[in-house]
Amino acid sequence: MNVGLEHYLIVSTILFCLGLWGVIVRRNLLIIYMSLELMLNAANLALVAFSRYNNKMDGQVIVFFIITVAAAEVAVGLALIVALYRKKQSAHVEDLTTMKL
Amino acid sequence: MNDVLLNFPWFILFVPLVSALVITFFTKRNRGLSAGISIGAIVISFILSLILFVATGTDTVTSPKLSMDWLSVGNFIVDFGITIDPLSKLMLLIVTGVGSAIHIYSWGYMHEDRAVSRYFASLSLFTFSMLGIVLSNNFLQMFIFWELVGVSSYLLIGFWYERPPAADAAKKAFITNRLGDFGFLLGIIMVWSLLGSLNFTVLQEVIVNNPAALGGLATVVGLLLFCGAVGKSAQFPLHVWLPDAMEGPTPVSALIHAATMVAAGVYMLCRVYFLLNLSDSFALEVIGWVGGLTALLAALIAVQQNDIKRILAYSTLSQLGLMVMAVGAHQPVAGMFHLTTHAFFKALLFLGAGSVIHALHHEQDIWKMGGLKKKMPVTFWTFLIGTLALSGVPPFSGFYSKDFVLSAAYDANIGLFVIGVIVSVLTTFYMFRLFFVAFLGHPKSESAEHAHESPKVMTVPLQFLTVLSVVGGLIGVNHYVAKAKVFPGSEHHFPWYAEFIAPIVHAPVAALFGIFAVVVGFTVAYKFYAGAQRDPLPGKLGALSRAMRGRFYFDEIYSALIFMTHEAVAKLADAIDRWIIAGLLVRGTHGTTELFGRALRLVQTGNLQTYAFLIVAGVAVVLFYVLFR
Repeated sequence: MNVGLEHYLIVSTILFCLGLWGVIVRRNLLIIYMSLELMLNAANLALVAFSRYNNKMDGQVIVFFIITVAAAEVAVGLALIVALYRKKQSAHVEDLTTMKL
Repeated sequence: MNDVLLNFPWFILFVPLVSALVITFFTKRNRGLSAGISIGAIVISFILSLILFVATGTDTVTSPKLSMDWLSVGNFIVDFGITIDPLSKLMLLIVTGVGSAIHIYSWGYMHEDRAVSRYFASLSLFTFSMLGIVLSNNFLQMFIFWELVGVSSYLLIGFWYERPPAADAAKKAFITNRLGDFGFLLGIIMVWSLLGSLNFTVLQEVIVNNPAALGGLATVVGLLLFCGAVGKSAQFPLHVWLPDAMEGPTPVSALIHAATMVAAGVYMLCRVYFLLNLSDSFALEVIGWVGGLTALLAALIAVQQNDIKRILAYSTLSQLGLMVMAVGAHQPVAGMFHLTTHAFFKALLFLGAGSVIHALHHEQDIWKMGGLKKKMPVTFWTFLIGTLALSGVPPFSGFYSKDFVLSAAYDANIGLFVIGVIVSVLTTFYMFRLFFVAFLGHPKSESAEHAHESPKVMTVPLQFLTVLSVVGGLIGVNHYVAKAKVFPGSEHHFPWYAEFIAPIVHAPVAALFGIFAVVVGFTVAYKFYAGAQRDPLPGKLGALSRAMRGRFYFDEIYSALIFMTHEAVAKLADAIDRWIIAGLLVRGTHGTTELFGRALRLVQTGNLQTYAFLIVAGVAVVLFYVLFR
């Protein structure tokens, strides 16, 4: 079987949907955060696939940048979660409803 | 026609205005001087009118000097101009001639009044406005003077404004007239939009070149214009203001509410007759019947009134009805003829009544008069001649004009003719009732016993008008006015001595019925009222008499109707305000906003994941829309 662009895209879509599912359904902030990373990587995968399909390196270069920025973002995000945990003694989204008026 | 003569109409028109202004601003304190200025102004106008009349005869004068541009907005052009044709010259003579007599008489009648300057200023203002209507050469100018006449009438009816009935009557007259004027204005606007001009000469050319220019709206336009006449000439159903207008001073009643202003409606109908007399218009039929109905109703009411001025007021209404009926019977010349003679003898009758009222210290009830023949001979004889003229006794003027009206009605519609004859019978009846009760028999009150003749300043105008009332039918008014170009067709002329018998030769049926009506009316009046101390009619007629005395309850019906209309409109406005504006709009907006707010609040859970889900759902919808549509 010949593996083509659409297969990569399908995998990417599945990964994205799994990540989205995790973000919407899971309660633990850390798990949600991991799911977000999953969605990000699904996008990365799609970029790489398109890059390969078009025989250009632009997409792969962008992916490197995304991974770099994502690493920084993860550091900031984890720091925020730790700070929040210290304040609220909880990492569950039900306890974080300060956005409600 | 030379240039000097062309300036005359402007002088005739503006001298009374100058008089009104001078009196108002400068001579208010000097009563005698004010009266002199006002009398002088109208006499000057009269003399100038006479010269103009003699110099131009039956000519219709047109000259650029008689008109000037007044307004021009786009293609809406109005000039301020003057019409000189037999129709307007006749009216000029009536207004200034009868007006002069009444102005002079007023000085005698009013000289004890403290506000006599204000009286003469208003009278001059009225003369100016009335001459303005007569001389106007276009609709807009006429309408403005029409309103000015309404204002001066208001001022004069309410002259004794400290008396509530006079103030009320003034308001009633003004407001009732406004109703008619509203229709008149609509008619003028329609004429302009359909025919593109307001100038009478231009309009007539348009109509002559294209008789169907008004199209299917001919009847509507005619009736709207007639609305103006209904108001001003007090035709049914707007006739209620005229009897109340008798609250004003008696000379005012004579000048404005008998001889001139109320005739303005008839004059206007004659002036625009070419707009009414169209083959596809039914306006004239309606006009004829409205006139006939007014004449009949008013004559019936007059039979059972006891106030001398009110009898004359209803008589005026009735005669105005006859004039309007004549116009409706396709014979405006008859209307103008009757207008002229009526101006003479009705002014005479009112002034005579004023003389009696003056002598009896403002007693107006005819059942408190009587026995005046010896004490007031001049008033007695002049009043008798006025009565004979109004009743239509040959050879007095009323006979000829009324005969002309009757023959016009006979040619047009037998129903109108019958009404005309009945009105003639009633006219003779109520006039001789008035005459027998008020002038003959024994004095019926203290003041009647001590009555004495009025001063010369009052009796001379009476004699002047008496002469006119006698000869008014024979001097050829009808032939003169028939020369006006606004009337189709011309009339053959015959020598003056033939005028005596002209009615019998030309329309024997109408003439005979006219004389028959006089005889019947006189006989019945003589039988009931010669030497009567009390009115025998209420006993004989019962409810009908009460209805006549109550003026067929028009005022009561109108006030009930107005009350009901007000109430209905108020209820409607209240309902609209309560349910639509306050309910639907104000509370609706507030309610809808609040409802949406409540609904949208449910979405704001504060739960991060719900927001995330909604964002994704939104993105999905947008994607779906972009990709698959």
